[in-house]
Amino acid sequence: MKITHLWHAERKRREARAAGYVVPEPARCVQCGICSFYCPIEIDVRRHAWEGIPVHESYCLTCGECVARCPRGALSLERTSLYQREG
Amino acid sequence: MRRYLIVGSGVAGVSAAQTLRRLDPAGEVTMVSYDPFGYYSRPGLAYYLTNEIGEKQLFPFQEKDWQALKIRRLRAWVSRLHPAEHRLELSDGASLVYDRLLLATGSQALPLGIPGADLEGVVKLDDLADARRILNLCKRARRAIVIGGAITALELVEGLRACRLQVTYLLRGSRYWSGVLDETEARLVERRLAEEGVHILPHTELAAFQGQRGRLTGAVTTTGQHIPCDLAAAAIGIAPRKELAAAAGLRTERGILVNDYLETSAPDIYAAGDVAQIVDPLTGEAALDTLWGPARRSGAAAAQNMAGEAARYLKQVPFNVTRLAGLPVTIIGRVGQGADQDVAGIVRGDSETWRQLPNAIIVEQSYEVNRLRLLVGERALVGAVVMGDQTLSRPIYELVRGGVDLSSCREALFSSPRPAEVIGEFWRSWRAQSET
Repeated sequence: MKITHLWHAERKRREARAAGYVVPEPARCVQCGICSFYCPIEIDVRRHAWEGIPVHESYCLTCGECVARCPRGALSLERTSLYQREG
Repeated sequence: MRRYLIVGSGVAGVSAAQTLRRLDPAGEVTMVSYDPFGYYSRPGLAYYLTNEIGEKQLFPFQEKDWQALKIRRLRAWVSRLHPAEHRLELSDGASLVYDRLLLATGSQALPLGIPGADLEGVVKLDDLADARRILNLCKRARRAIVIGGAITALELVEGLRACRLQVTYLLRGSRYWSGVLDETEARLVERRLAEEGVHILPHTELAAFQGQRGRLTGAVTTTGQHIPCDLAAAAIGIAPRKELAAAAGLRTERGILVNDYLETSAPDIYAAGDVAQIVDPLTGEAALDTLWGPARRSGAAAAQNMAGEAARYLKQVPFNVTRLAGLPVTIIGRVGQGADQDVAGIVRGDSETWRQLPNAIIVEQSYEVNRLRLLVGERALVGAVVMGDQTLSRPIYELVRGGVDLSSCREALFSSPRPAEVIGEFWRSWRAQSET
């Protein structure tokens, strides 16, 4: 991999981290625990979904693993209003 | 100090316990359940069978969560209920008295009424003990058959395939889940199952299981065909566990009948979750749901009423997001297709409301594995099935739930070759309007 690609990937990751956080939709969640199980830094995403609170821990990587793995589409990455962009 | 008693440790019971603790910090809350595993994600068993998660992940609460909740948990079988005395009798002869009682006893699989159903190797998927049994049997089983319909049958099919068994799926009718899916949707699922190596046998009904030394060796169909197998999994429907209530003289039908405040016909006794039969404002009829979301909401609402807050519980538009043959599927509102020969009554992850035949025009769009079926009523959307791409799942749920007037896009919906785009565009403008 070229160094420019690495730099690009890191830039995208930083952008994602700055731009959003994981938001649960409790009505869709069945507490199966797949989200917490696959979180690389062991955030209990399932508990957030039960309580209906976004994952706004500063150490959340916003890697999107939980969002992609949830079999019920209960999680989404949403932008924070502070960094909301036009368009 | 008020004494609250909850029978059942499923999501309705746990949600009630949390709400009671919040509303009445000094109240004494006792939860009685016969399930040795207590509270776990019943829908998660599907992912446990496919080995996507381990057993540990099924338990949303850790010991510290229970301690924080400050409730008493009892593992016991409740043998009788005495409403006049406000008392429960346990199978060991002990008694529990209550000021307010919640029955959240859930539901259980209907038994297969054919000879040989008691052989080792014939299984169901009601609880964690069943899932453990299945995984254990899979270690030495080679060939499995699955009988039944709807979501649980496919969970079993996929779980057994994940364990590398040869799986034959028997359908009494001509296609999969005919009570909810239309023909195109059913064929889409069947095609994907076939691609996964599942052999589907339509128009096949079992007459008996056969076994040797108490172990399953095969099954015989009503036409005399012999199917060798060493595991048979059935999901032909469930029945709410209403016996305790019925024996105590509470009003019951298919489940325990409750009013909008989740009160049963006996004073100070409430019911919630799968066992509660609640009037659906959409149809005016008392209906059953076996969905996690409504179970949680009804448990919380019952607890509010038990604690003295008058909280009216209104059934919402039923919806479920599930995976059928690896394909995400959302079912919303009334999408009825009629009878289903593979299931009796209701199954898990199901709503009786879905099968109501609405007065609606069907609009559909398909592309490869993606399919959208909209049930367009006189004014608003009344139901939908979203298969594959789930982009429209949330927007459509909002439109059905809100009974949003579709007049401005009705014509376009019927005439456009891409109704998915029309409804997506309509939702965006509706949302933008409602935000301003």
